[in-house]
Amino acid sequence: MDTKKQMNVRAIENGTVIDHIPADCLFKIINILDLEKETGQVTFGTNFESKRMGKKAIIKIADRYCADEEVNRISIVAPMACVNTIRNYQVVEKRTVKAPEEVEGFVKCGNPRCITNHERIRTRFEVQRQGNAITGLRCHFCEKVTTPENIVIVK
Amino acid sequence: MKKSLVSITDFTKEEMLRIMDFAAEFEADPCQRILLGKVIATLFFEPSTRTRLSFESAINRLGGRVIGFSDTNNTSVTKGETFHDTITTIANYSDMIVMRHSLEGAARYASEIAKVPVVNAGDGANQHPSQTLLDMYSIKKTQGTLDGINIMMVGDLKYGRTVHSLLQAMSHFKTTFTFVAPPELRMPDEYKQQLYDLGIPYTETTDIGEHINEADIVYMTRVQRERFLDLMEYEKVKNAYILKNAMLADTKPNMRILHPLPRVNEIDTDVDDNPKAYYFNQTENGVYVRMAIISYLLGVKK
Repeated sequence: MDTKKQMNVRAIENGTVIDHIPADCLFKIINILDLEKETGQVTFGTNFESKRMGKKAIIKIADRYCADEEVNRISIVAPMACVNTIRNYQVVEKRTVKAPEEVEGFVKCGNPRCITNHERIRTRFEVQRQGNAITGLRCHFCEKVTTPENIVIVK
Repeated sequence: MKKSLVSITDFTKEEMLRIMDFAAEFEADPCQRILLGKVIATLFFEPSTRTRLSFESAINRLGGRVIGFSDTNNTSVTKGETFHDTITTIANYSDMIVMRHSLEGAARYASEIAKVPVVNAGDGANQHPSQTLLDMYSIKKTQGTLDGINIMMVGDLKYGRTVHSLLQAMSHFKTTFTFVAPPELRMPDEYKQQLYDLGIPYTETTDIGEHINEADIVYMTRVQRERFLDLMEYEKVKNAYILKNAMLADTKPNMRILHPLPRVNEIDTDVDDNPKAYYFNQTENGVYVRMAIISYLLGVKK
């Protein structure tokens, strides 16, 4: 291991650490994971220096472990994110996020004329990508593409 | 398995060709009462007289019966019934739903909740596949083939749903395209990318006269004033996309002019008597094509 660096966000004993979140996407991730309703300890911070990304955000959630399906949701806004599982202060598993083929139920269609914005319908999108980068979400219903910068998370 | 037609991409090339063949058979013999005993609902949440009558004419010619509405004023939609409940209920009354709605994606959603096939007769600015198939039928009928046609599309290529669907459908048939539009209303990049990926050549220009003599089909659309943010721009270009009879002097003898209609002023009335004007014949073709679509989806035509 390299020399010990000062921690920007306090370490957790057990739980999940999500690292390498783009600095401006922190609150979208909080929304996707529904952390507002989390009853355990949640610590987060943004605009930390990162060699890889310039600036990044971090989220630490005590005593919660994320399923692959949840982790992959994050990829819609944070394709570079890294999800670490922590047990007894040790990283026991490191996962990178993978963009799913489809996303269902938590993104709002950016087209105001789309039926999903007028009736209670679970949204559904086909994920479009170029290499690993997501270029847009194509609505299953109205067929319009919502670009990454216009993604709004719904609950 | 029920099959719906919501988007032109729901049909394979083979299915499109089959619709062309069926339509030709119906044109040769329009009196085939193969829908006897069937009830088809035409639900026009948004009014469209032309499209509704064309579908209803097709159903009647096939011997089927029609129920439905042509606007939502006298329906329970005004009482606040959800779209979901309206569709679920009417699917129990009918063997097929033909629908138009102002919201995009409405037909796809209906096709997933209805237990009967759904035909999209227009969902907002999104899709109107029976229009595309009748455009294709008109091309096939006037050119003798769908393969290797040079299509010039003129006018609003940005918002015009008919040009986008026709482009996607004709991409199966080694078509070459010329896009003629003001800079504000150019063909969107995503469609040009689709052509590029398929290796289909296209040319873009702002001048209607530049390539008109090479075209087999001139597909006209309306340049709408409300599409322009800058009305000064509209004033500048509005007359540049009007087709006049004098422009047709040196066009190919087989060339035909199509238009999804309604026309406003983008085709001068002095073109109407030119034998190359085909837009009114197109509407007749629409009935045969809709007969073909309905009987194909219901599996009543062999």
